[in-house]
Amino acid sequence: MNNLKSDKSWVEVANYDDLPVNSGKTVRFKEKELAIFRLTSGKILAIENRCPHKDGVLAEGIVSGEYVFCPLHDRKIDLSSGLVQKPDTGCVTTFDVYVENGKVYIALLEKSEIAS
Amino acid sequence: MSQKEKLVVIGNGMAGVNTVEHILKLAPNQFDITIFGSEPHPNYNRILLSYVLAGDSKVDDIVINSYEWYEEHGISLYTGETITEINSETKIVTSDKGTTISYDKLIISTGSNAFMLPLPGADKEGVIAYRTIQDCEYMMEAAKNYKKAVVIGGGLLGLEAARGFLNLGMKVDVVHICDSIMERQLDRTASKMLQEKLESQGMNFLLNKQTEKILGKDRVKGLKFSDGSKVDADLVVMAVGISPNVQLAVDAGIEVKRGIVVNDFLETSVKDIFSVGECAEHRGIGYGLVAPLFEQGAVLAKKIAGVDTNPYEGSVVYTKLKVSGVDVFSGGEFIDGDNTKAIKIEDEFSGIYKKVLVRENKIIGAVLFGDTSDGTRLMQMIRNETDITGYEKAAILKDPDENSGKGSSVADMSDDEIICGCNGVSKGTICSVIKEQGLTSVEEVKNCTTASRSCGGCKSLVSDLLEYTIGDEFDKSAQKETMCECTDLEKEEIVVQIKEKGLSHVREVMSVLDWKNEEGCSKCRPAINYYLGMVNPKQYQDDSTSRFVNERMHANIQKDGTYSVVPRMYGGVTNPADLKKIATVAEKYNVPKVKITGGQRIDLLGVKKEDLTNMWEELDMPSGYAYGKAVRTVKTCVGEEFCRFGTADSMGMGIQIEKRFERLNTPAKVKMAVSGCPRNCAESGIKDLGVVAIDGGWELYAGGNGGVKLRKGDLVATVKTEAEVIEYTEAYLQYYRETGVYGERTSEWVERLGVQHIQDILADEAKREELCGRMDTALSVLKDPWKEAVKSEKIQKDLYEVIEAK
Repeated sequence: MNNLKSDKSWVEVANYDDLPVNSGKTVRFKEKELAIFRLTSGKILAIENRCPHKDGVLAEGIVSGEYVFCPLHDRKIDLSSGLVQKPDTGCVTTFDVYVENGKVYIALLEKSEIAS
Repeated sequence: MSQKEKLVVIGNGMAGVNTVEHILKLAPNQFDITIFGSEPHPNYNRILLSYVLAGDSKVDDIVINSYEWYEEHGISLYTGETITEINSETKIVTSDKGTTISYDKLIISTGSNAFMLPLPGADKEGVIAYRTIQDCEYMMEAAKNYKKAVVIGGGLLGLEAARGFLNLGMKVDVVHICDSIMERQLDRTASKMLQEKLESQGMNFLLNKQTEKILGKDRVKGLKFSDGSKVDADLVVMAVGISPNVQLAVDAGIEVKRGIVVNDFLETSVKDIFSVGECAEHRGIGYGLVAPLFEQGAVLAKKIAGVDTNPYEGSVVYTKLKVSGVDVFSGGEFIDGDNTKAIKIEDEFSGIYKKVLVRENKIIGAVLFGDTSDGTRLMQMIRNETDITGYEKAAILKDPDENSGKGSSVADMSDDEIICGCNGVSKGTICSVIKEQGLTSVEEVKNCTTASRSCGGCKSLVSDLLEYTIGDEFDKSAQKETMCECTDLEKEEIVVQIKEKGLSHVREVMSVLDWKNEEGCSKCRPAINYYLGMVNPKQYQDDSTSRFVNERMHANIQKDGTYSVVPRMYGGVTNPADLKKIATVAEKYNVPKVKITGGQRIDLLGVKKEDLTNMWEELDMPSGYAYGKAVRTVKTCVGEEFCRFGTADSMGMGIQIEKRFERLNTPAKVKMAVSGCPRNCAESGIKDLGVVAIDGGWELYAGGNGGVKLRKGDLVATVKTEAEVIEYTEAYLQYYRETGVYGERTSEWVERLGVQHIQDILADEAKREELCGRMDTALSVLKDPWKEAVKSEKIQKDLYEVIEAK
């Protein structure tokens, strides 16, 4: 992460300890709306807050392991790759996350390597 | 530079796109694919259109391949664009918008159009066909302004259209030229039974009528028949048949009879041009059903991809009427002839009719009415031309399962044969996925292939395929309805384990019971959370992360991510002060829509999640639970206080019931009603529990439902006093809480357990007492979630806060 940190535009979004475990939180930044998740494992992941199927708000989905289930029609989405799981298809933009001194930062440049 | 061959498909319907799907599997990188579709939609499942019209599905639900799918597979898609010219010399196609594209291989899958009778007046406004999403949308729109529809055509499509109109609240007449409906699929007995059934649903039939003229000035006003009689109409739908879309092929000099003539490899008379689906004519037959086009598509895909394939030799077709509450199946030949014999069952009490037609000891066709569960099995026997010499004749109509080697019929099917007609999944696909991914359950097959994901009619075949593919390892008895794919256990077993092992947390249940996914999924987590709370209401700490968003947020999520707020309004009764308060809050928070719900409550729609807690605080009313698998509303009529027919205080009774059971968690939502007299203005007959006042007492109706599974409630008890109404309701609801599968409405639960069983439980005083005791405990711990949220800063921050990053 450290070497990544220098070449991205990071935005501070929250205190790590303030984020509820195993549920999503909506983050707005300019035109963007993201959903960030603090998983049971302690990891934090961030994705675009819209399901590719019908724009369901993913921040409100049930979180299991590293997946979130869209609250509208139950599409299962891998939070680290953004990929919609079979038999459905599609992909959500993911964002890099960085935690330092208890603060959570998100790279508001989009990950380029998604789904490749 | 692309070295790929160029494949162009004209027509973005089920036949063309299904063929492309096959080609992508066989030769994923061989072609640059371009698809043209005249309709402005991605590929959708036309057979499910009648569900859209009937209001059971939305247009979006019947899309088979989304735009993303085309993108993902590198397919260029042109929607709303029609190919107007094929030049087979230069191998170039041209569209109405001037797009020109060259091809190496061309598939014409232009389908068919609804056939419009060339009647005088057929061009008037309000005269339409029933064929596309657009037609469907037009009909739904028209239903808002007009009252009376006439459908011309008493076939499959006409009846489905007519049923749709009934659902849309219109009156409908079906005009048919013959004296029996669906005569191309049904014999007289079945046709008559169907007609009676549909008449009982409100359809009116005008048989033996030939339309002569469509009346009206600009807009249709009615029809005139050749016998001189007339009928009024605000809307006329022609559903008399389809005509293949062949003009393009004709202009291109391709051989066309009724449809585009193709050989057994779907080749037309012109090199490198193929045709598939309803526009094609194979051995003199044009098919208008889905299974044949999938079978054709499978052969064509192999042909185009250069894979060896058996020829397509025609299809034996079957049809099912997709009208809720009516089960009709017909396959193969069905009219008795000189050299045919029939096996028949006719049960006038249950409204069941089954006929199997046999020629030279082979089954050649079947008609089923009222119970179509034998359909797929009989269809196999018809396709395989099963010799029934030595079969016990009466047993042919019974499921022979268990010892007689049921899996064997799927063994005879070819790999191309379609198992799931809704999603076009073949036997070959299912078998190879089972082998490659080591699948062992129907649920897994469903998730990997989408087979049986839509109507579920092919479940038993999928189960047979599993047995056939993995042999002894397939334990059919293990094919119970497991809770989800995370576990092999079913509901009952999980509840027993929770009790026996004293489990008290969602995660604990999953780890002790060997869950396959460490943190479960969106199906099991809410179910386990419910069961834990049901078993130990006092000790259990609810896990909000295992609740569906509505129950976690205590507001109903809408499609755009906003929420709706419904304050509790006991018995549907309110007062001016509360109304003022609701109005003030709605105004202050710019609530875009205020609506009265079906359960007589006020719904504030379109609320932002950040505003929820403030609104609740200002409303200062209890949550109406309009979002929960919980007791929602008790609907009431005005009853004896005002109504001249009312025999009891229905409002008072409704308020009592709602106050007693508000906030109670149940396996699925529970809606109740109290009617002050048998006129049932509160619709008690279609509620999870309906209470009806009769002279000197109350009747309790169980398992009614006005939703997807329309069901009339069953009388389960008659009591004398208001106290008894409460007591019996307690016992009833608690028994449902304890024995219902999470997600199962009472309408399904009552049918699973049997009405008699529930009557017996309620009639048993000792049982009632136990159940009421446990209900008391369950109710004692409930608190209003809106108040909790308003009090707790942590809840507000965790659930309702939105971070505005800078």
